[in-house]
Amino acid sequence: MSELARSALPGASYEGFVTVTEAGLRGMITLRGDLAVLADAVKTATGCAIPAQRRVEQAGDKAVAWMSPDELLILCDYADAPGLTASLTKDLDGQFATVANVSDARAVFTLRGAQAGDALAKLCPVDFGALREGEIRRTRAAQVAAAIWVSGPQEMTLVCFRSVGQYMFDLLSRAAAPGSEPKFYA
Amino acid sequence: MSHRLASGGRLIDRARDVKFTFNGKPMKGHAGDTLAASLLANGQTLLGRSFKYHRPRGIVASGAEEPNALVGLGKGNRYEPNQRVTTTEVFEGLSAETQNHWPSLDFDLLAVNSLVPQFLTAGFYYKTFLRPRAFWKHVYEPFIRKSAGLGKAPAHDARDPDRYEQLYAFCDVLVIGGGIAGLQAALSAAETGARVAVWEQTAHWGGRAPVDGVTVDGQDADAWIAATVAKLDGMDNVHMRLRCMGAGVHDHGYVLGYERVSDHAPNTDAPRHRLWRMRAGQIVTATGAIERPLSFAGNDLPGVMLASAMRDYVVNYAVAPGQSVVVVTNNDDAYRTAITLRHAGIGVPAIVDARAEADGPLVAKARAAGITVLTGKGIRKVKGGKKVTGVEVCRIDSKGTAFTEKFDCDAVAMSGGWSPVVHLWSHCGGKLVWDEAHHFFRPDASRPPLGVDGAGFVRACGAANGDMGAVLSGAHEAGLTAAKATGATGSAPAPATDSAPDMAPMDAVWMMPRNAEYDLRMKMWLDYQNDVKVSDVQLAAREGYQSVEHTKRYTTLGMATDQGKLSNINGLAILSDALGQPIPATGTTTFRPPYTPISIGAIAGEATGSTFQPLRRSPLHDWHDENGADWEPVGQWRRPYTYLRAGEDRHKAVNREVANARSNIGTLDASTLGKILVQGPDAARFMDMLYTNMMSSLKPGKCRYGLMCDENGFLMDDGVVARLSDDAFLVHTTSGGADHVHGWMEDWLQCEWWDWKVHTVNLTEQYAQIAVVGPKSRQLLERLGGMDVSAEALKFMEWTEGRLGGFDARVFRISFSGELSFEIAVPAGQGRAFWDKLLSEGADLGVMPYGTEALHILRAEKGFIMIGDETDGTVIPQDLNLNWAISKKKDDFLGKRGMMREEMVRPDRWKLVGLETLDGSVLPHGALAVTGGTNANKQAETEGRVTSTYHSATMGRGIAMGLVLRGPDRMGDVLDFVGTDGGRIKARIVDPVLYDKEGAKQNV
Repeated sequence: MSELARSALPGASYEGFVTVTEAGLRGMITLRGDLAVLADAVKTATGCAIPAQRRVEQAGDKAVAWMSPDELLILCDYADAPGLTASLTKDLDGQFATVANVSDARAVFTLRGAQAGDALAKLCPVDFGALREGEIRRTRAAQVAAAIWVSGPQEMTLVCFRSVGQYMFDLLSRAAAPGSEPKFYA
Repeated sequence: MSHRLASGGRLIDRARDVKFTFNGKPMKGHAGDTLAASLLANGQTLLGRSFKYHRPRGIVASGAEEPNALVGLGKGNRYEPNQRVTTTEVFEGLSAETQNHWPSLDFDLLAVNSLVPQFLTAGFYYKTFLRPRAFWKHVYEPFIRKSAGLGKAPAHDARDPDRYEQLYAFCDVLVIGGGIAGLQAALSAAETGARVAVWEQTAHWGGRAPVDGVTVDGQDADAWIAATVAKLDGMDNVHMRLRCMGAGVHDHGYVLGYERVSDHAPNTDAPRHRLWRMRAGQIVTATGAIERPLSFAGNDLPGVMLASAMRDYVVNYAVAPGQSVVVVTNNDDAYRTAITLRHAGIGVPAIVDARAEADGPLVAKARAAGITVLTGKGIRKVKGGKKVTGVEVCRIDSKGTAFTEKFDCDAVAMSGGWSPVVHLWSHCGGKLVWDEAHHFFRPDASRPPLGVDGAGFVRACGAANGDMGAVLSGAHEAGLTAAKATGATGSAPAPATDSAPDMAPMDAVWMMPRNAEYDLRMKMWLDYQNDVKVSDVQLAAREGYQSVEHTKRYTTLGMATDQGKLSNINGLAILSDALGQPIPATGTTTFRPPYTPISIGAIAGEATGSTFQPLRRSPLHDWHDENGADWEPVGQWRRPYTYLRAGEDRHKAVNREVANARSNIGTLDASTLGKILVQGPDAARFMDMLYTNMMSSLKPGKCRYGLMCDENGFLMDDGVVARLSDDAFLVHTTSGGADHVHGWMEDWLQCEWWDWKVHTVNLTEQYAQIAVVGPKSRQLLERLGGMDVSAEALKFMEWTEGRLGGFDARVFRISFSGELSFEIAVPAGQGRAFWDKLLSEGADLGVMPYGTEALHILRAEKGFIMIGDETDGTVIPQDLNLNWAISKKKDDFLGKRGMMREEMVRPDRWKLVGLETLDGSVLPHGALAVTGGTNANKQAETEGRVTSTYHSATMGRGIAMGLVLRGPDRMGDVLDFVGTDGGRIKARIVDPVLYDKEGAKQNV
């Protein structure tokens, strides 16, 4: 029934010294368990190996992000998430592992521009000078939880809870306001 | 009179005029001026009145240490009090107002305080205003409020329109201070490859070396500064900031920096201030030193300035502080000022030197320039009223009863030696040593602030380290070792060689003359801003104050906005002398961040307006907003209290919603309820520990209401648990409790029961959850189709899942209203579409959304408790007659032991009952029942309190629940509740369940 689904702030976008865009619906699946136990099922479902600490592994339109020593986050198309959740659950049957579709619990934003790190540095206690492509950080943006990864050249992706999507968009827009470039990282 | 010189001024652009106003009077300065320089150039030396005595005050310093020259800057929404003119860069349209005078700066009636200064000595407030007691409120306080204090607070309705922000940053080596020492330290650190940041609080690199005539490799310091800044600027691993003050050094290399981004250029897009939250591996403080005043009578008159400040004004801004300046000193450094003044064509009638002999190279140079040097002398007193008119000189070792010489002058330059700026070194525990040669405290390199590894993480260099001669070599060493300590492996070339003239030793002079009598001592200011004098500190010592911290608070020495930058050392020297002990034995007061005041805006950062606090919005938020929602906060969520229709007030709207839910269908946005997945082989065991009742016996497909207590047995949360499978439960929590309960679960799993195989996942936001409530609710769901929701297929307290009206739905048949009721969870993204579908499909069935107040009334009519209303952290389940939900079969659960304690099993605990007012009115929330007697404290004795109270649309009268002493045993008793007007409201104790006691309506 995904045609009835809408993301937290459909079409929201702000053009500042970086461009902030609500990325729309994304598929996300939380996996908890011993990462070695999860490895085969993850490989089957996504084609990805278990990511190293704070890394994102990518294969085609799927990716797997390291969340904690016993937690992974699978990223996929929104429409694929229910099916993938079901097959992972089946593959991990009998194991001490938990699979949960959390796609709807999240809002996703894309920040584009050379100074994306400078905008986020106003909100997140993260060393953006040390954050590499394919690396993910679980952190906070001002007063709420967020995860950030470098999703491409001059591009970062930020995930937060859906309920604070508007708050996050307001924060990011304000942080990206022209004239307020801190010019620390770029 | 102060004035602009015809030539010179290394920091100003004479071609560019800047217009501003001072107390409404138009004035003109030059680009590059500080406001202080512009004001002096305009002949304005009187700049304010002092705190207690309303003494005329002028500029003393040229930088952050300025105690006197504080003004109110800006107007209206941008008005800001207590701004230092010495650190304010002048800009077009600047508006400054003086402070603390009445009725005017020139004519201040409150200056009478100064005529009777013995009335306001140290501790005067403590001693005088104790009695009679009633005088404090009506006489003393109003007078003190009018008389004391500096700037006014901004207007209550003023709203700061400027933007502020914070920035998290990281570096290996942070150098604080951009004088030549700081630049060298940064360069040496950067050459090794370390990531380096350099902050300078002023608008210029280089510090005071150019003013002081320092040479580097034989060239003027300016040339070396320009070259070094250019070099640093070109390095990728170096980040440089002007107008950025190191405000505080905290544990783990965390440093706050206060960047005044656009104070000097308002009305741009830039934020006004930026608060840097820097994590530095190592910190180098190169914060320089501050010159000390000398304590002589009248040292606070406008025109008396620090000698170094005076040459700053002449060299940097081409501003002469007067036509004729007497220099008074105990060291060689002040001779630089005399020479500078003389070169600028300003008269120097005499240099008054407290030392018996003066013969260093600078002294020789001054003498050669024809300046009279008096040795073994001091200033007896400064003459003048609102400005200096002359000085009387006496022998330094005398009592000062008579003068030996007299000079006419309109300004006095004083130098009592220097104090290294050790603040940042000290913030995190760096210790100091007393330097006998220079008579100052400087950082003790052997006792630095320590990091987690037990090693120091702050180094001081340059004047901040007490290096009063050449500094570059020490700064190089500091920068290099700091970089190495962060793991840098590169090397740095040897530094350039700086040189300054040799200085003869200084003399400690803490009072001038040394044996001054009382009438002189009570005119010697230590703390200009708080009006604390030599006589005050001496009085404190006589009254038994020995600790410098106590003396500080008793006399208020160093407690003003300047935090005693000029007064600290002078004050504790006077105290030490009065106590007959050496200065190091007295010690300093504690140096605390921030170094100078920082704006509240910078501290607030992004937390204003729509981003003041996160506001959590449910997937249906927009619909509520568009349909009359009258919001109420629930945790960080906003939930509709009710939906107002045209012509309705809250009461009417709530009654409509309640009545409709009881007769047709009500829909409630329950998405905010916590939904936590608990899964794993040990999930059932874990659930039995979390809840007071048995959860392991719950069958998949079934729901059960449960209570959660903390270790003390106090009720913490409640909700419906659904067993999803043998090893999975879905825990519903209260809206406000979800995050706490999730954290609580993880706490137990990670810290106590780490070997239990249980996972938790907080799925609160994955689902939109909608309650469909009322006698026609099943009809509506059947109309949506796709799922069998008949009484036989889906019994009360069961759940099922599938497709409902085309949506992915999980349907729980549970009721918090007493009606036939379903809660339906769909993925959050589909929530709005599902809600719309319910409303359109159910239109002819009378479907109508209801808000939280109707929810409360519906549950209160059924006698259901609400966490936060019936509970307040001191209530156990037994108080609420919930013993049925406390398992006796389980060996243990969280709170079990707590519930067994004597206090919890006391028979006379207040317990839950229903309350029915005799007149049908609604009891005030929280109202107390009184017995008419008094308790041990002679207060009215109480025997109960209201926990929930509403007007019931169903009953047509007020209903309430409350906790009452032995309440359930007293059915039918009438209690006296105190109304908000103090009157008594009679209410009878009744059964809390008022509506459908048998539960027939929900079970159809």
